[in-house]
Amino acid sequence: MLHAMPTDAPRHDALNRTPNIPDPDGFYEELIESQRLLSDDEAQLMNCKLILLLANHVGDRAVLTQALKAAGGAGK
Amino acid sequence: MMSTYTYPRYPYRISPEQEAGRLVRHPVVVIGAGPVGLTAALDFAARGIPTVVLDDNDTVSLGSRAVCYAKRPLEIWDRLGCGERMVERGISWRIGKVFFEDDLRYQFDLLPEPDHKMPAMINLQQYYLEEFMVEECARQPLVDLRWKHKLLSLQQHDDFATLVVETPDGVFTLEAQWVVACDGANSDTRKMVGAEFTGQAFQDRFLIADVVMKAQFPTERWFWFDPPFHRNQSVLLHRQADDVWRIDFQLGWDADPTEEKKPENIIPRVKAMLGPDAQFELEWASVYQFACRRIDRFRHGRVIFAGDAAHQVSPFGARGANSGVQDVDNLGWKLKLVLDGLAPETLMDTYHEERALAADDNIANSTRSTDFITPKSAMSRRFRNAVLELAQDHPFARPLVNSGRLSTPTPYLASPLNTPDEDAFAGLMAPGTTCADAPVRVDGRDGWFLGLLGGGFTVVTFGDAPLGEVRAGGIVAPVLRIGIDAADAKGRLAERYDGMDGTTYLIRPDQHVAARWRSFDPDKIQGAIRRAIAA
Repeated sequence: MLHAMPTDAPRHDALNRTPNIPDPDGFYEELIESQRLLSDDEAQLMNCKLILLLANHVGDRAVLTQALKAAGGAGK
Repeated sequence: MMSTYTYPRYPYRISPEQEAGRLVRHPVVVIGAGPVGLTAALDFAARGIPTVVLDDNDTVSLGSRAVCYAKRPLEIWDRLGCGERMVERGISWRIGKVFFEDDLRYQFDLLPEPDHKMPAMINLQQYYLEEFMVEECARQPLVDLRWKHKLLSLQQHDDFATLVVETPDGVFTLEAQWVVACDGANSDTRKMVGAEFTGQAFQDRFLIADVVMKAQFPTERWFWFDPPFHRNQSVLLHRQADDVWRIDFQLGWDADPTEEKKPENIIPRVKAMLGPDAQFELEWASVYQFACRRIDRFRHGRVIFAGDAAHQVSPFGARGANSGVQDVDNLGWKLKLVLDGLAPETLMDTYHEERALAADDNIANSTRSTDFITPKSAMSRRFRNAVLELAQDHPFARPLVNSGRLSTPTPYLASPLNTPDEDAFAGLMAPGTTCADAPVRVDGRDGWFLGLLGGGFTVVTFGDAPLGEVRAGGIVAPVLRIGIDAADAKGRLAERYDGMDGTTYLIRPDQHVAARWRSFDPDKIQGAIRRAIAA
């Protein structure tokens, strides 16, 4: 059976740019709150760890490359 | 400083041609008797080429220098008769420990793949390696190793080169159909042909020290990022033969090499690292700055470059000497076929194509290690530190830790010498790849698959074959039947080569796959041989 795919549905190998986080306000609050007591240096280190943890969770090289570009990365 | 090793002095002898004032044209002259030049001499001689080696010194490497040798070079040296001795003398480690700041973050076991004759790697001081090869050269009548022979100048002609050489008896001239320059990163030969040698010089210096340990210390590789005894830098400790340990301290760009090399500056550093109770003595130390550079073309007319003379890499991953030895492995059989008139001279240009690819691959890999070990910006340092902190509790982060990746051969997947697959195969043995070893039984005796290859082209077929050899031009490739001439003792050949009844491989003289098929077709094999010699 064939299903027509909606044009805005994320493909498996494409970075999902549509809203995907339930409770966006709650998530944003939690994100900011998680760094409230950290110095800038500590928060930057935490950001790095967060990126690495999430990148591993995504685990799709093509998606990660798209995310680096979408975030403004200037790599090759 | 103490010494566990006595440096041999090899006697200078005047050559008959210099003594007689006779101009001789040699098939091949190798410049430099380091690990690459000596390997070249042994490989060329094994292929039947009389080889003259010129070296301006009369002894082996001072200090341990290149210290880590990977499986593929060990296999090449095994083919040349000195691999077993190196493995016997060397040290193999399996456990590696990674420290960050004050703590051990994780440890790993190399878990080498079973059923290969040679180990994944050994640590051995370069002077032993060279000494063993010099001794092997002395057993080879085709090797003419000449100490205290310094190349002064070189002039190229259409089909030979003229070399002006200085010895303790004065200056004389000799000619060579081919010159193979293995005279290191500061190659004079490279300057003589006016080759470009460009790349990236890193703004960093390293202190390397050989230390004799007097008490038990585990045979493990320890790598520290930013340790308390050497802040903001990295340190590597690993064992070599004779209870000599090699320590590499990253110094940073501002360090003064002359000051850092002084024992009174080194000893406190080592004490801080090993603890107050460790008993040790310093044997040798040196400071170096490294660069990643490659020669423009590996062949300049009749002069061929190999090893550090052709490419320089950062030390992480042991890619210097290891790749130089693989250069020679690629070169020897091509040189022999061209000298014998069995292959066109254009075959020599494929040496550049295949080995420049490998050099670029090595440079890319060692640059990645360097960027992890010495981050170039505050943000990249944060990422590096984040990886190291996560590695302790989160296994996912451990593969991101890069303290040097042990070099593995670069497959020549796009080489024009390959015959592309027309049948489907599983596994790694695609055309252009180094053959994997496996245990075999021949005439009731245990042996190794690679021991059956490497004299010339070989056709390997699983099961019976209609022919005992395949001829193309002047090349004769014997057929090796797996299951008849050699038994696949543990089934590893079938597994590693995706071998089924009829599966046929054409193997190059440097033990690389040239072509493979699902059936034995003499016409196709002949075509693949012609292609593999650029005919």
